[in-house]
Amino acid sequence: MGETVQKPTVPEQAGAPAVESTSAGREPLLEVDHVTLRFGGVVALNDVDFTLYKGEILGLIGPNGAGKTTCFNAMTGIYQPSEGEIRFRGQRITGKKKHHITKLGMARTFQNIRLFPEMTALENIQVGADAHHKTSVISALFRLPRHRREERDGLEKAERLLDFVGIPHRMHDAARNLSYGEQRRLEIARALATDPVLLCLDEPAAGFNPAEKEELLQLIRKIRDQGITVLLIEHDMRLVMGVTDRIVVLEFGKKIADGLPAEVREDHRVIAAYLGVPDDDVA
Amino acid sequence: MNSVREWIYTGRHAVAERWHNAPRWTRWAVIGAVIVFFYALPNREFYQWLGPIPTTGSNFGQVLFTISIYVLLAVGLNIVVGFAGLLDLGYFGFFAVGAYTVAVFTSPSSDLKTLWPWLLALPLAIALTMVSGVFLGTPTLRLRGDYLAIVTLGFAEMIRVAATSSEFLKGQRGFNQIPHPPGSYSDGKPIFGVLDPRPYYWLVLTVIILVVIGVRNLNRSRVGRAWISIREDEDAAQLMGVPTFKFKLWAFASGAAIGGLAGALFAGKQNFVSSQNLELLNSIIILAAVILGGSGNIVGAIVGGGLVAYLIERFRGIEFFGVELYEYRFMFFGLILVVMMIFRPQGLIPNRRRAAEFKDRRKEVIVGG
Ligand SMILES: Nc1ncnc2c1ncn2[C@@H]1O[C@H](COP(=O)(O)OP(=O)(O)OP(=O)(O)O)[C@@H](O)[C@H]1O
Ligand SMILES: [Mg+2]
Repeated sequence: MGETVQKPTVPEQAGAPAVESTSAGREPLLEVDHVTLRFGGVVALNDVDFTLYKGEILGLIGPNGAGKTTCFNAMTGIYQPSEGEIRFRGQRITGKKKHHITKLGMARTFQNIRLFPEMTALENIQVGADAHHKTSVISALFRLPRHRREERDGLEKAERLLDFVGIPHRMHDAARNLSYGEQRRLEIARALATDPVLLCLDEPAAGFNPAEKEELLQLIRKIRDQGITVLLIEHDMRLVMGVTDRIVVLEFGKKIADGLPAEVREDHRVIAAYLGVPDDDVA
Repeated sequence: MNSVREWIYTGRHAVAERWHNAPRWTRWAVIGAVIVFFYALPNREFYQWLGPIPTTGSNFGQVLFTISIYVLLAVGLNIVVGFAGLLDLGYFGFFAVGAYTVAVFTSPSSDLKTLWPWLLALPLAIALTMVSGVFLGTPTLRLRGDYLAIVTLGFAEMIRVAATSSEFLKGQRGFNQIPHPPGSYSDGKPIFGVLDPRPYYWLVLTVIILVVIGVRNLNRSRVGRAWISIREDEDAAQLMGVPTFKFKLWAFASGAAIGGLAGALFAGKQNFVSSQNLELLNSIIILAAVILGGSGNIVGAIVGGGLVAYLIERFRGIEFFGVELYEYRFMFFGLILVVMMIFRPQGLIPNRRRAAEFKDRRKEVIVGG
């Protein structure tokens, strides 16, 4: 897999002016501040540093094992960075509980689908919608009016989102019985149900055919048009180039490029990293 | 063997299907009839028509009371084990906390000499079991799986040892003259007396109905969804905003509260509570009942609890080659469980989801082999 070209300073500088030009006056939403994450001897993230601005679609790419998923895991509170910190909406989120981070407005999907397999499609989304519900055990026990209202709202929201991602007919089917593509869509709907400000998609198009990829592209644009910022991990270069506003490239846990799609495509380090790796390699 | 399995499975499926498709009023009518049946059951005028079903070795009303306590316990444990997927091996410990709280605060043999009426001790018993559930759950529910099983097992044993050897809890001598629930007939005779066990059974039956309504409300709300999501994928649940620890603690505490409630009801009838009422095996019997009935399903838990308790009582006084079958009850339940695990691991009346989870596991085994 690719050559080991590790002179990160040059491309970083090359990318820097571009960032400034596209993000002038924009509000930073997520700041990954010099994050290093080690697993024993393995350095999965090495001083990774990038900023995500409100309203954009940012691509996070890199060869297999580059640390993309690990980066998501650090952001969503599954792993704690060994060094550095992550800020979301101006708040430091390193060390915060996972469900708190979700409530702050970060939602994600998983590279290996992790739905609740025996719950119906609708129930899966309802779980996401429950994230912001206030009523709990006592009001549920006595079915107090406020609780019933929340339940009803959650149900309506879930139905809307099933529509939004295009699988309303699978409402009452157990998630495990949905097709692979439907499951990927359901995961997106479940994440959207938590009312995210930032939606992180981990290879949502993996295993899709070109037609399905095109539909997904439309869906991602639709999500952005609702004012949700999107962070997208994707191996398919055409899809990434077509939909993202900006791209961050990781290789062996290091950021090797950060800039507009056109710039990143021309970057010799990125080309080297991807040399011999086909566009839609999803191993 | 496979065809037997298929037959049982499709048979159940057809019944479930028909039940879910039946009009609302039919379902209410059936539920109403079942409730009326169980209220009528302890009356001789009614049960004399039921052939071999009533027990011969002991008073049928008394047997029904025992069964109803087991059913209540199974409904409570089902929240913990069936819904939230937490293995609690010491559930009977909460029953003990409930019974002993009532005993300590009401009995004249208690050192406290508070001599409270039963009704005053009841909420305290429930509250204390809930608190003990929270105490037990707080350190352990953050950990995964096996730790909880071991800690709960230890808890029940600790309670038993404390009850046996502590001076305050009176050991085998126990507490006597525990007062009964209040209430009297128009002629001044108390409803809850010493001779007639039926009012106690009716009381527990009523409590079961109320508890089941509450549990069902929880299960159909965000609380139930949170429990199932935790059972299915705890990490994913957290990342979807479910405060998993909080809901696991709620499952544990509400299960405990129901156990304590059962204990308090038991003490209110029994008049006497001692360490002889506490056997470690009781925890296992209730767990077996939940698994037998169908973990994760309220009706399954009721049927499981009822069936297990009924069979135990039915064995009393029946001799087989000169030995009383009752002595072999645990062996018999072991056997039933083994057979169940082979033919119907999801239980008699399983939860739709759990059934699928078990089917998956079976497939995995086949693939693996
Ligand atoms: N829990 C873990 N323990 C040990 N090492 C890990 C762990 N998680 C990830 N790693 C290692 O960190 C590195 C980055 O993995 P990561 O999954 O983030 O890559 P990725 O960029 O998402 O790759 P892919 O495109 O294959 O999904 C890999 O070398 C991986 O083996
Ligand atoms: Mg990955």
